[in-house]
Amino acid sequence: MQRRKRQFDTAMKYSLLFAALASMLIVLMIGVFTFREALPAFRHIGLEKLLTEPVWRPGQEQYGILAMIAGSGLVTLGSVILGVPLALGCAIFLSEIARPRVRAVVKPCIELLAGIPSVVYGLFGMVVIVPIVRQIEVPGNTGFGLLSASIVLAIMILPTITSVSDHAIRSVPKEYREGSLAMGATKWETVSRVVIPSARSGIISAVVLGLGRALGETIAMIMVIGNSVIIPAAASSNPLTIFLSRARTLTGNIAVEINYATGLHQSALFATGVILFLLIMIVNSSARYLMSRGGMRKSG
Amino acid sequence: MKLRTVKQHMAFSAMWVACGLTLAILLVVIGYVMIKGFALINLDFFLTSPRGGLSGEGGIASTIIATVYLVITTLVFATPLGVGAGIFLVEYADSISSRFVKKLVASARFGVETLAGVPSIIFGLFGYALFVTALHFGFSILSAALAGTCLVIPVIIRTTEEALKAVPMSYREASLAIGAGKWETVWKVVLPSAVRGISTGIVLSAGRIVSETAIFYVTLGGSYRTPTSLMSSGRTMALHVYYLAMETRAFDKALATAAVLVVLIILLNLVINTVSRWLSR
Amino acid sequence: MKLFAGRLLVMVAGFALLMAACGGGEDTDTAVPVEDVHPEEILEGELNLVGSTTVQPLAEVLAASFETLYPEVTVYVQGGGSSVGVRSAADRSADIGMASREVKVSEIQENPEIVVHTIARDGIAVVTEPGCTVEGLSLEQVRQIFAGEITNWSELGGGDMVITVVAREEGSGTRAAFEEMVMGEALITDSAILQPSNGAVRTTISVTPGSIGFLSFGYLDEQTGPVAIDGSLPTEENAASGDYTVVRPLNMITYGQPEGKVKVFLDFILSEDGQAIVTAEGYLPVD
Repeated sequence: MQRRKRQFDTAMKYSLLFAALASMLIVLMIGVFTFREALPAFRHIGLEKLLTEPVWRPGQEQYGILAMIAGSGLVTLGSVILGVPLALGCAIFLSEIARPRVRAVVKPCIELLAGIPSVVYGLFGMVVIVPIVRQIEVPGNTGFGLLSASIVLAIMILPTITSVSDHAIRSVPKEYREGSLAMGATKWETVSRVVIPSARSGIISAVVLGLGRALGETIAMIMVIGNSVIIPAAASSNPLTIFLSRARTLTGNIAVEINYATGLHQSALFATGVILFLLIMIVNSSARYLMSRGGMRKSG
Repeated sequence: MKLRTVKQHMAFSAMWVACGLTLAILLVVIGYVMIKGFALINLDFFLTSPRGGLSGEGGIASTIIATVYLVITTLVFATPLGVGAGIFLVEYADSISSRFVKKLVASARFGVETLAGVPSIIFGLFGYALFVTALHFGFSILSAALAGTCLVIPVIIRTTEEALKAVPMSYREASLAIGAGKWETVWKVVLPSAVRGISTGIVLSAGRIVSETAIFYVTLGGSYRTPTSLMSSGRTMALHVYYLAMETRAFDKALATAAVLVVLIILLNLVINTVSRWLSR
Repeated sequence: MKLFAGRLLVMVAGFALLMAACGGGEDTDTAVPVEDVHPEEILEGELNLVGSTTVQPLAEVLAASFETLYPEVTVYVQGGGSSVGVRSAADRSADIGMASREVKVSEIQENPEIVVHTIARDGIAVVTEPGCTVEGLSLEQVRQIFAGEITNWSELGGGDMVITVVAREEGSGTRAAFEEMVMGEALITDSAILQPSNGAVRTTISVTPGSIGFLSFGYLDEQTGPVAIDGSLPTEENAASGDYTVVRPLNMITYGQPEGKVKVFLDFILSEDGQAIVTAEGYLPVD
């Protein structure tokens, strides 16, 4: 009896180990499959050409994803410029200024913002934001483009950045604040000179995480960005009009074309996926690195 | 001294404004969708299916069924794997002595972290390559659920881990002391105390599947017929919002469907809170 | 502990009930009295159609009529584009592939087993946002606009407004047909808004001032303004008479000669009833 129990225990242990390994297996399989499908593209087009060629015309056998890299980069930059100040303001407000009762109301609301499906943001962008952006009088401005996409994306990454920074700020030890206040600093001086610098790496990793989320967003982007395969350029002498240009993201390139593609075209889309995957891995691991460094310093 | 207080006032006001602006955005987005959407919602909207090709006629009945079908199928795949992995990582991983298995555990942890950061379109791409084409599952609930499983597994693992870690060590020690085996202890003592946290993770996953669009855009096919089997193509509510807006210009219907989605998400959030309270009473 | 088990039981029961409710709904969908079944033969099972988003809405309407004749058959119609349609038929992942263009010689060489059935013909119309005042263009002007050589409506006698070109994705049958019949050697401009379906192109044009694009005849409606090409408007009469020349075939593709329910379905489409539906949906029947 006792022995059977032990055998059963061991059997359970290994089946659970298998379950634990499933995620690793999935990651491996994703890597292998995406890469295998992308291989013809890497072989026949070449990584360098793929990354540096500005023209994407599968019908003419031209497969450059530089325009998509530029599109993803610019829209992410735009969303960070618009979203980060708001998100940090919110995080500081929640962690340092708000009374517990206010916090108890506001925090779930911001979390709700994270739960709303991205397609709803895309729809909101299409019917509300695009028509507003279209009012800006620049020749060729259709409303669809980087600005609309950046606004939508800024709303979407706001909750991520807010909650992670809020967490980072709250984990700054109480003694830091007390010490600063006891030395006669005002509350704002304490926050800006002691608390935020101590939480710096946590806040930076929050921003980097938001960046990762922005790079990965798909459906809301294809609804508002116009999906043109061009390297965005300013429409007039004002360099800011670059944000009124249409563009296409790496994610959008995959989503819009994958169901239509065959042969080398399809392979090139998988190559787009591999590059996106690597990009996000780099972004996310730098966020993790920053977070772990922050944790070490706190305990040390 | 005075300058310093003025500075503080200004800074704090800026924070107030930031937070107020964020709440205003939330109110505008949800308010707009709800007000525009509810104008069109009636019982018929829930009970009839989309029809008429791309004309945007009809309601959302078949998309509700497809959503429920997909959520259940995904959870059937993801829950055992996710909860099992969570149990292993918390209850067993530390007692491993073999160096090889230890390496495996470390790689499993890395897998979970990586998976959590992968953008959903990659899961879609992977699902399209493996399930839709290589395994010939076609555009189907099965393909979509398998791709969706990749999305929610890390969510379930993480919530399970947290829930298990919250169970006091003394529970386990007491159970082991009266002669219960390791698995007996986990099954009869640890899991029941952690069930509220775990079920929160499962409901959270259901929410992720309901909200997800990109994965299903490339693996589910988008047919608005009521799915009849695992091999049927289908269209979830979120996907229906996309098709209504992009394909048919039925923005009013798209907003109505979006309103239903938003209400559903709010309800799921409430369920998470209530279930956890109800089970812990 | 007992209490916990009880609650778990309630949850499981609720879950089971939910599943049963869903299953129940499906049963009533498919259960049909026997006397309603078409007398000649009883067909059953599923038919899968994959491919062109141009053929898709037509196929969905045809499928719905077909299902009233053969209630035990369920027809699933999925998009994916013409190239995918050809491939799906060739690798037999679909019963029928749909393509809104001629099947390419290279495709037939790669898959010699496929059989092409032309079920309808379809014109491609050039449309603008209804606010645009230009009503007629020459084929050459259309080419120049889509190639990005003409960029302002004022060059064509319209108001001073930048032309926004809206086109379909690479891989789209409509785009391939348009390129073949209108563009010739010229390329569609890089700055074009590219959308993944006819519906999305129509949506974009109707909400974007100064935009121009091309659509299958089946998608024409009052929210987009059709443009006369070389003096003839994109109408079914003009296409039938040969005055309007931008017309392409809509094809269904099978692996080998069709058999069983696939054959019955294709025969139905080519029957008088089927072709009446084709006409009613705004496409041209095959002779």
